[in-house]
Amino acid sequence: MKPPPFEYYAPTTVEEALARLAEHGYDAKPLAGGQSLIPMMNFRLAQPSVLVDLNNIPDLSYIRPNEGGGLSIGAMARHSMVEKDALVAERAPLVHETMPKIATTQIRSRGTFGGSLAHADPSAELVCASVALDGKFKVVSQQRERWIPANEFFLGLFTSALEPEELLVEIQLPPFPKRTGWSLMEIARRPHDFCLIGVAATLTLGKKDQCKKARLVYLSAGDGPMVGQQAAKVLEGQSISPELFEEAAEVASSADIDPSSDIHATAEFRRHLANVLTRRALEEAYKRAIPNI
Amino acid sequence: MSDLFNVNVTVNGTLYEREVEPRILLSDFLRHDLGLTGTHVGCEHGVCGACTVLFDGNPVRSCLMFAVQTNGHEVTTVEGLGDIDDLHPIQQAFWEAHALQCGFCTPGFLTTLVPFLEENPDPSEEEIRNAISGNLCRCTGYQHIVEAVQLAAEKMRA
Repeated sequence: MKPPPFEYYAPTTVEEALARLAEHGYDAKPLAGGQSLIPMMNFRLAQPSVLVDLNNIPDLSYIRPNEGGGLSIGAMARHSMVEKDALVAERAPLVHETMPKIATTQIRSRGTFGGSLAHADPSAELVCASVALDGKFKVVSQQRERWIPANEFFLGLFTSALEPEELLVEIQLPPFPKRTGWSLMEIARRPHDFCLIGVAATLTLGKKDQCKKARLVYLSAGDGPMVGQQAAKVLEGQSISPELFEEAAEVASSADIDPSSDIHATAEFRRHLANVLTRRALEEAYKRAIPNI
Repeated sequence: MSDLFNVNVTVNGTLYEREVEPRILLSDFLRHDLGLTGTHVGCEHGVCGACTVLFDGNPVRSCLMFAVQTNGHEVTTVEGLGDIDDLHPIQQAFWEAHALQCGFCTPGFLTTLVPFLEENPDPSEEEIRNAISGNLCRCTGYQHIVEAVQLAAEKMRA
């Protein structure tokens, strides 16, 4: 299949792009890496009548350190650029670990950090990692600029808080907390394919090596990134033990997620996988938190 | 029909100037407008890898880009790797190791592997399998392909 005709604009500045979006409203779609939008257009699942191509706006492609140890990532930074960036490896180890797991090499050459988030696919690794890391998103339009926390940005299946005339321009990640381990695990039928289930985890240890804070955010487990709130309650304040992780995994897989059945796996099987992955991810995060003590 | 756009793109070292509708995919542009039919079109939604080309040196799915986006850039297709009298070491290795049967997926494998072997001159089997995980072969399985990549790596190191 081929995409239906559309009007095409290739602005070179953010201002120009925002003007086009304001002009065309719901009819327009920003084109970032196009690795989700173009297949949807090829199958005519998406038929925007106007495309505003962001690939000629160099100002949107950067990775910068923030004061205090955080990071700012421009929305058009390509996955391959983030994957190889030394600062990301140092300051956002969960993101560094996540990048090679996103789709395939060819997709990562072209796909962008911001595009993946704006697409709001609940099976996207970065969607869940950004929530686990308490990222925040800078969103601009001709009228205003606002910051949206990651956990308020994703509203549902392929639905974000972005208005049609708005553009996601930057992602800020706070400093990675001390005494914290991380893990991103997923199970897919083929490596790099959409996963059946996955989890992004961080685990922060307290002074007595107890669990001070735990974040578990599940991929492909519901209509958005599914936060393991009940599981976090089980973990926080408790001494680390295999039994504790087992209990958290049990609670997360039964109470925190809402997976559905399809031809690839039943909801029940996905819950089973979530249980197994939760335990493994917590164990890995714990091991990684230890050397930081 | 929407407006036509002027595209100046260097493909395999040759500068082409064409007018395109913005909806024309890079894969179709290469095949239909430039006659470079070595780039194969399989799934058209970024799964099979048959249409992989190098865009400014990086492997991309040409079915997931519009031709208009290549204006001012460089593209390398399988035709740009070598020719029948002077095969690229990866092409030579594919031939010697019997890494193709019908050959439909092969151009995508070759273009994916060029930057991979430049960055990883001595890859492990696991790294090779990871590198080609975005390319599907439905004839043979991947054993001979992996062996060909190992052979190609040897040739390129020599």
